Amino acid sequence: MTDLERRLSGLDGPPARPPVLPEADVSYTLHDTPIGRMLLATAAGKVVASSFGDEETMTHRLARAISPRVLRQSAPLDDVRRQLDEFLAGHRKSFDLAIDLTLATDFQRLVLADLPHLTSYGRTTTYGELAGEIERPKAARAVGTALGANPLCVVLPCHRVIGASGALTGYAGGLDAKRFLLNLESKS
Amino acid sequence: MPVKKTGLPPFQLLVDEHWRDVARLARALAGPVDGDDVAQRAWEKAFAAYPKLTSARNLRSWLLTITARCATDLHRARKPQRPLDEAPPLTVDGPDATQWPDPELWKAVSALPERQRQAVTLKYVGDLDHHGVAAALDTTPAASRRLVSDALATLRATLGVDDD
Repeated sequence: MTDLERRLSGLDGPPARPPVLPEADVSYTLHDTPIGRMLLATAAGKVVASSFGDEETMTHRLARAISPRVLRQSAPLDDVRRQLDEFLAGHRKSFDLAIDLTLATDFQRLVLADLPHLTSYGRTTTYGELAGEIERPKAARAVGTALGANPLCVVLPCHRVIGASGALTGYAGGLDAKRFLLNLESKS
Repeated sequence: MPVKKTGLPPFQLLVDEHWRDVARLARALAGPVDGDDVAQRAWEKAFAAYPKLTSARNLRSWLLTITARCATDLHRARKPQRPLDEAPPLTVDGPDATQWPDPELWKAVSALPERQRQAVTLKYVGDLDHHGVAAALDTTPAASRRLVSDALATLRATLGVDDD
């Protein structure tokens, strides 16, 4: 490369600004909470993700499942963030949000969709009991797996479901997060 | 042929990875005054067209090509339409690049004929090969090579450098 070519390659001005774009098909934001960083996403006015998954994995999933026009835009998620913060501070017991389980499989949807009604604030239930509630009494293990894949953590309260022995067993956000949520609910 | 599942990455990834390159190329193509407008317009066009894209390959060249076309559109829209015997309109000076690094080069690049400027900036600022430059300019790699070498010759003469 000649000097002139090097000068051309390095041609630059003062810092530019990133583009300004219309509201995306999927808007998401990373939100720091007492139980860790969560990725919140909305599409067509419905919440599609409230997840502990990492940004790269989650945005690729959203791109495949909904639309590749996925952008980091926090304004469309203001209400979701506010409700989540209120919930995690113990000032709110249920969510008033339109949700879409488009990231879930049919069976996961069956398990997850009615969780706010099949469980109650401040009480726990077991995988087996929940399997009975959805009329799949033998599917406790599959129910556990479906809960583990919950794309709408906290909003759909999979944290209220524990093992028959009383063990917390597992949680996408880690067992500390699950303990935090159950303590919060039992105190509030 | 059936449309293959494209697996386009989230648009945010394109923005994060390429917005600086698009901004730099847009400024080199359209000058310091209009460059930022060209970059913004290029992103709007890319965002609108993205879901219909059939391949996830060469997304960077795709973005730089859109940027080059937006710069051309602006250039055409700005070209004064006037009878030959009329005095040329005087441009109002905007914020210029004299305070930017390498102001002589900015000035020399701005003064190049449009096709040469496009070719040389796509090649060096955009870091595209001759196939990429040719695709962006709707021409052949051989023509792109000629445009770039003519541009380099003009720049050498303007800048008084001799580095062959």
